[in-house]
Amino acid sequence: MYGWIWRHLPGNAWVRASLSLVLVLAVVYLLFQYIFPWAEPLLPFNDVTVDNGMAAVR
Amino acid sequence: MTSEKRGGRGPIAATISVLGEILITLGLILALFVVYSLWWTNVIADRHEKKAGQEVRHEWAQQPQVPARGLDTKDGIGFLHVPAMGKNYEVLVKKGTSTKVLNEGVAGYYTKPVAAAMPWDSTGNFTMAAHRDGHGAKFHNINKIHVGDPIVFESKDTWYVYKVYKILDQTSKYNVHVTDQVPKESGKKKPGRYITLTTCTPVYTSRYRYIVWGELVRTQKVDPQRTPPAELS
Repeated sequence: MYGWIWRHLPGNAWVRASLSLVLVLAVVYLLFQYIFPWAEPLLPFNDVTVDNGMAAVR
Repeated sequence: MTSEKRGGRGPIAATISVLGEILITLGLILALFVVYSLWWTNVIADRHEKKAGQEVRHEWAQQPQVPARGLDTKDGIGFLHVPAMGKNYEVLVKKGTSTKVLNEGVAGYYTKPVAAAMPWDSTGNFTMAAHRDGHGAKFHNINKIHVGDPIVFESKDTWYVYKVYKILDQTSKYNVHVTDQVPKESGKKKPGRYITLTTCTPVYTSRYRYIVWGELVRTQKVDPQRTPPAELS
């Protein structure tokens, strides 16, 4: 997978390395900005209220 | 290292290699999620809470257009001060305990299943919740509060000084009775002016709820310099 991406990036090793870095940063941005905020409420790690079990406070 | 040579490794080796890369990627994503929930959400929420708090203080400073008491519940009704959770600890209190409100890094007062009373009501329980971890983690150090410690709520015109009288370090998340207007589980039988803090416990989980109960000791008018009461100095 990563080998495939590396082979399909243009330029010499330095250009490819910089492009890879940009790709990694773009993925992290997407995760932090969109995917994690979406996933977090679905995971049972951060409920702090008492409720009657009907998700009344969500 | 051409692709032909790599392809020559055989389909099984290639499949295992891709599978391994996917597993490593998933591991990295999970690690990033931990970074996100325990660090990044705090950065965002603290920034948000600070700004919202400044807005409320700014509104308060503009005498006397804003109603004297926290009727303006959209922006927040006041600030909670808990010296046991750190010197100069203060958190904005807003209406509601929805994920959206609490994720702003504030403490939210309950509207359901049992609605909170306001501190200025003649009797009732001022109940609130805030995050233990992530999104500001405003009640992270709730375990540092001990019986006898002061909790002070600051509204536009009054300091409400409460004293902690009971701590429940673990209860079910379905135990809504802890937020009753007369919280019997804390040993109280008569209506009074109580405050209840709830958050999750143990840290980094949501398995149980941690409850701190306090009772109003006295109130103090806010002077023009907003001099804090003795409990906060």
